Amino acid sequence: MSKSSSIQLNIIGAGCASCVGKIEAAIKGVAGVESAEMNFADRTVLVLGSPPIEQLIDAVEAAGYKATAIQAGASEAAMNEKELADQAYYHKLLRYTFVALSVGVPLMVYGLLIGEMTVSSPSEQIVWSAVGLVTLAIMAVSGKHFYVGAWKSFLNHNANMDTLIALGTGTAWLYSMVVVAVPDLLPQMARHVYFEATAMIIGLINLGLALEVKARGKTSEAIKRLIGLQAKTARVIRDGIELDIDIAQVLLGDIVKVRPGEKVPVDGVVVDGRTTIDESMLTGEPMPIKKNIDDEVVTGTLNKSGSITFTATRVGKDTALARIINMVKRAQNAKPPIGRLADMIAGYFVPAIIIIATISAMVWLNFGPQPSLVFAVVSATTVLIIACPCALGLATPMSVMVGVGKAAESGVLIRNGEALQTASKITAMVLDKTGTITEGAPKVTDIVLTDVKDFDEDTVLSLAASIERHSEHPLADAIVASAASRSLPLVDITMFNALAGKGVEADFKGQILLFGNEKLMHDSKINIDAYQAKAQQLASEAKTPIYFSVAGQLVAIIAVADPIKVDSVAAIKRLKRNGIKVIMLTGDNKSTAEAVAAMVDIDHFYAEVMPEDKAKKVADLQAEGEIVGMTGDGINDAPALALANVGFAIGTGTDVAIESADITLMRGSLHGLADAIAVSKATLANIKQNLFGAFIYNIAGIPIAAGILYPLFGVLLNPVIAGAAMAFSSLTVVSNANRLRLFKAKDH
Amino acid sequence: MLFINIFCVAFIGFIIWWFWLYKPAVATSVGDNQAVVVKDGVYTPARVKVKAQQATTLTFLRHDQSGCSASLLIPDLEISQELALGSATLINLPPLAKGVYPFHCQMQMYKGVLIVE
Repeated sequence: MSKSSSIQLNIIGAGCASCVGKIEAAIKGVAGVESAEMNFADRTVLVLGSPPIEQLIDAVEAAGYKATAIQAGASEAAMNEKELADQAYYHKLLRYTFVALSVGVPLMVYGLLIGEMTVSSPSEQIVWSAVGLVTLAIMAVSGKHFYVGAWKSFLNHNANMDTLIALGTGTAWLYSMVVVAVPDLLPQMARHVYFEATAMIIGLINLGLALEVKARGKTSEAIKRLIGLQAKTARVIRDGIELDIDIAQVLLGDIVKVRPGEKVPVDGVVVDGRTTIDESMLTGEPMPIKKNIDDEVVTGTLNKSGSITFTATRVGKDTALARIINMVKRAQNAKPPIGRLADMIAGYFVPAIIIIATISAMVWLNFGPQPSLVFAVVSATTVLIIACPCALGLATPMSVMVGVGKAAESGVLIRNGEALQTASKITAMVLDKTGTITEGAPKVTDIVLTDVKDFDEDTVLSLAASIERHSEHPLADAIVASAASRSLPLVDITMFNALAGKGVEADFKGQILLFGNEKLMHDSKINIDAYQAKAQQLASEAKTPIYFSVAGQLVAIIAVADPIKVDSVAAIKRLKRNGIKVIMLTGDNKSTAEAVAAMVDIDHFYAEVMPEDKAKKVADLQAEGEIVGMTGDGINDAPALALANVGFAIGTGTDVAIESADITLMRGSLHGLADAIAVSKATLANIKQNLFGAFIYNIAGIPIAAGILYPLFGVLLNPVIAGAAMAFSSLTVVSNANRLRLFKAKDH
Repeated sequence: MLFINIFCVAFIGFIIWWFWLYKPAVATSVGDNQAVVVKDGVYTPARVKVKAQQATTLTFLRHDQSGCSASLLIPDLEISQELALGSATLINLPPLAKGVYPFHCQMQMYKGVLIVE
């Protein structure tokens, strides 16, 4: 969606419109700039192209101004700025509250304890008109934003919370002023003033807004944490000189140096050194990862043991961390389908409330007891004030915001609101075997030696690897890698010959080496009788036994297997405990599938499934009424991932295919699945509580405010109480969403 | 009394017409250097016209401190963007088919439409 090549600069010191041309010309003079346009109104320049930011800043400074780069809200500076702005707004709202309540509270106390707030004599008329003017001042100071917002929305044929507050407080004040100005027009009983209601409501709603600003700040903690992972400077080597520069100035291809204890500043590929890196902050994977030459390193991860230098391959907003932050931000604003009803209602809510308030007033006027005019005004005001579109509108987004952030903390990236909601309802989880339940990379698991002299594990492995490095068989890599990990020397062999369906033969110093399956041994008349049982046992453990003979004698069986990830068993148990049917699909043969299924305790599995048939299995399950989650590495599982109700892509390390699945697990562990489902369930439950609360509040509050209890119990809600209820209803929603922050996915 | 009742019914009629039935005709084309200002509870302009089948960049300039105004959603385009306070936020739109695409804040208190023609 966003062009990667736009840079925005803040210009400082541009005082006149004529500066615009000068600044634009200076920027256009920098190599790599396609266009530069200055917006004088907000003192920013939009630069298209891919010039180095430092050169742009230099160019602007050379022209006599100052410039800073604006980084689309992803930088720590932007976050801090936002916090400062929130803080300032919070204090402003508190001042408004204080001003309004300092008049409202004494008035209310007077009304409750001392005297009637009625106008019955000319002297009272003078006193109350003074109070009315003070209240008007309060409305102008503490309530101005409500009235301006309401008026502007009205002109736009739009109505919002401001409209309700402005109408409610405006009605109360206007009525009171009519009482003060021309009391004789009204019956004796109706000469009551409501200035205290106006002041109290304005004060309380400002207080509610202030507390909401505070609570909202907490909902974006997860993003703050991610942004905080970003290092501020990078040590780059340019022309042989080490420089500490701002990360915004690191260029693609820069050689970056990272010492132990430092954060990786940008994405890159190691060119020198070896180390271990803690990637837990991104993937949730607790064990540090070894990094050698040619391995990728990821922004924000922590270098633990050694110094490395690497080439920057992704910088700025293209780094994995920046993409993760962006995705989490986008998902935090997304709405799951459950919120749609509330959304639709919110769209019609305010005008409907104005109509209800009018009808309520009409009913009181026509059928109410005396003084019906007072009842009409009070009920209309109370209805307008108690109705809270905010609680409805906030119910879903606040929970989603916290839930998506919570998921990101455990290395689970949720792409959109729909995925969040559906994940909570999954009844069947389809797991691909290779790379999902297992590591996806075959390894040598056992070396069984026979009693032939002079052959120990290292000799066997060294010889086997010397043969297999000429082979293209998938298992060959495992043998070669295993020899390499033991730093074994490889020898030169001659006459390499691959025998299809059997194995390989080769010659080493005149001795014939055979490496392959049972058939190869039988055909070559090599006696393996004593070791067949051992081979069968290995096969039953989902390992592939390979016989190795030298000069007509069996010397070893090397078993290769794709090992099961250490925590697959526990994670699958968690899924099953949550009532989810777990199904394994694999292209492997039945006996391997059976062995793996038995080891991880999966009851349903399908072996020898072609990649294209995986989607069909998903469809079959859906036809049986299951809500299907499909987990795969995203490469040959794409159709099945797309067809499933929720597709989970298992990331390998942090090289995440963010756009490919509904939910991306940044670490390989299947615990991410259980975490994702647990967080979704908790978030959905939280949304439901919020929606229920918001609906009940409005459904119960509005009729009570209209006076439905009056005929039964003779009570009518005080507008001040309505103001307090309204102010705290949205705060309740935000606070309830914040409860989710305490949720621990791993306990579920 | 009759007069008051007639007034109330007329008022209800006015509310229905003004907020629900009235369809404003005017839409403003937003040039490269003109921002949609987010202030005092409204987007100005609230009806934004852009050309069809052509990538466009919308600039939003938020002056409103309230949390509500901070996020901008264009649900049909799956766009949701946080608007920075006091500085421009650019939203790059892909080439779009003709039609009307509503945009709003998280709680639908701020409302606007994008008219693609």
